Amino acid sequence: MRAVTVTDGQAAGGMWSRASAALWRRPWARATLLLTPPLAWFLLIYIAALVVLLITAFWQVNPFTNNLERIWNLGNFTQIFETPAYRSIIARTVGMAAGVTVVDAIIAFPFAYYMARIAGGRTRIVLFVAILLPLWASYLAKVYSWQLILTSTGVLNWSLGRSGAAGLINTNWAVFIVFCYIWLPYMVVPVYAALDRIPSSMIEASQDLGGRTWRTTRSVILPLVLPGLVAGSIFTFSLTLGDYITPLLVGGTNSVFIGTVIYDNAAGLNNVPLGAAMAIVPIAIMACYLLFARSLGAFREL
Amino acid sequence: MEPAGLRLALRVWVTLVLLFLFVPIVLIVLYAFDRSTVESWPISGFTLHWFSIAWHDQAVRSAFVLSVKVGLLASGIALVLGSAVAYSLRQFVFFGRDAISFLLVLPIALPGVITGIALSSFFTFTGIQLSLWTIMIGHATFCIVVVFNNLIARLRRMPDSLAEASMDLGARGWQTQLYVTLPMVATALVSGALLAFALSFDEVIVTVFTSGANNTLPIWIFGAIRLGQQLPEVNAVVSIVIVLTIIPVMLAARIAGAGAVARSARAAAAQETGRL
Repeated sequence: MRAVTVTDGQAAGGMWSRASAALWRRPWARATLLLTPPLAWFLLIYIAALVVLLITAFWQVNPFTNNLERIWNLGNFTQIFETPAYRSIIARTVGMAAGVTVVDAIIAFPFAYYMARIAGGRTRIVLFVAILLPLWASYLAKVYSWQLILTSTGVLNWSLGRSGAAGLINTNWAVFIVFCYIWLPYMVVPVYAALDRIPSSMIEASQDLGGRTWRTTRSVILPLVLPGLVAGSIFTFSLTLGDYITPLLVGGTNSVFIGTVIYDNAAGLNNVPLGAAMAIVPIAIMACYLLFARSLGAFREL
Repeated sequence: MEPAGLRLALRVWVTLVLLFLFVPIVLIVLYAFDRSTVESWPISGFTLHWFSIAWHDQAVRSAFVLSVKVGLLASGIALVLGSAVAYSLRQFVFFGRDAISFLLVLPIALPGVITGIALSSFFTFTGIQLSLWTIMIGHATFCIVVVFNNLIARLRRMPDSLAEASMDLGARGWQTQLYVTLPMVATALVSGALLAFALSFDEVIVTVFTSGANNTLPIWIFGAIRLGQQLPEVNAVVSIVIVLTIIPVMLAARIAGAGAVARSARAAAAQETGRL
């Protein structure tokens, strides 16, 4: 900012206006004053908590006394990577996250395309609200309603005419459906934003050059929407990686995921160090995912 | 122009997706009025009994009060800290600006369970007892970005010329802020705070780790569903929660436009993360 008010000092005396003027002439002082509280909050609480988490992952719980032992070791990590059960849990979680991401992208793209390029102004607003309301509606309510739908006496079996037969509830399919349902809006919003930014002239140019619908979609629209798809996928992927509520509420005995392992160890089994080590896994996966997405050049467009 | 067949197919697709999105939400509200004590479809009759049960349930009431308290405190803190960051990032150019916006997004970009276990290890490590305050600390941490996103988008759209005109007319720095900038960002601030409240009121993934023996409303619901007890009452409570989280979001959309609501959603934060 420019413009220094020269008359500030003399115009009115008083501590307040002099202090205000002094601050105004020193932008760095204002910046420090404004940024200290929020940065302190993040560094002293959030970052400190992440550091404690990282340190805890290298501690262990004495298997006999159940006491926390603050001795540095890699035991938790070797346990996670050498136990076949844990390895398959990680694989299952990553597979689930990838599956949910792909299915949500497939559901979201035509919807967002209709919103951005076909719907008129009013319909577009209605659809926008229709996507945002479920996004903000209570998370637990949404998971729970699927419990009611997928149970053996639920709506799904009833509409298939097989009331009373075993429902999809307590299976990994139930978990998959609910994840796709809950995170869908998080995919639609960025894909819509990306589609909305494509100038019509580009699509018209492709059509003038003889590109049919399919060709235009593949060669013009998809590359331009890719940043939006990647942005959405970061969320569907990350949210699925860490969720434990959905598997606990609609999953079965086989629905053990990274999130449920963290939850069980931290909240139930009192093996916080193992839970902490398990929590490092999704952080590492997300870091790789972000680097991969970046290397695709998908972020340059945003 | 898309061929007519494709347009029709897209319209059918949109209708199906809308059904997929709304049927579960409508269904849960219908179940709340079901006369039967067993959850099965079709429902067997209309009653307000479960709402009355929920209304008189002391556990639900105290959980509700705690949720409101936490929501108000968390969105208040988020309002102060989030707007301080948004304002400084807009006003000043300095080293590490990108790092700061990345830091803000981190709590909602990482899976909630990580924030949860990190905070719970942190509270154990520092010997802080779990209470209303620890719940509030967790919520405020991920609500800050909501206020920040709303305000910075508004500040970016605001022309510098207005503040300059105010200064040219002799207003001091604080006068310009108070009489020119503040009125123009007021709706963004209010909608940011409302969305932060909605986010906090509904949060369960982090709260499980920071609440100890204190039940917020989502924690009560989670416990009841897991135990499979009082399910008809849960239907009623959950329907009320849906309405209560939708109201602040609708208000925010009315005040600052639907774009603000979208921007504050995690999806928009994804784009912030993507920019790094």
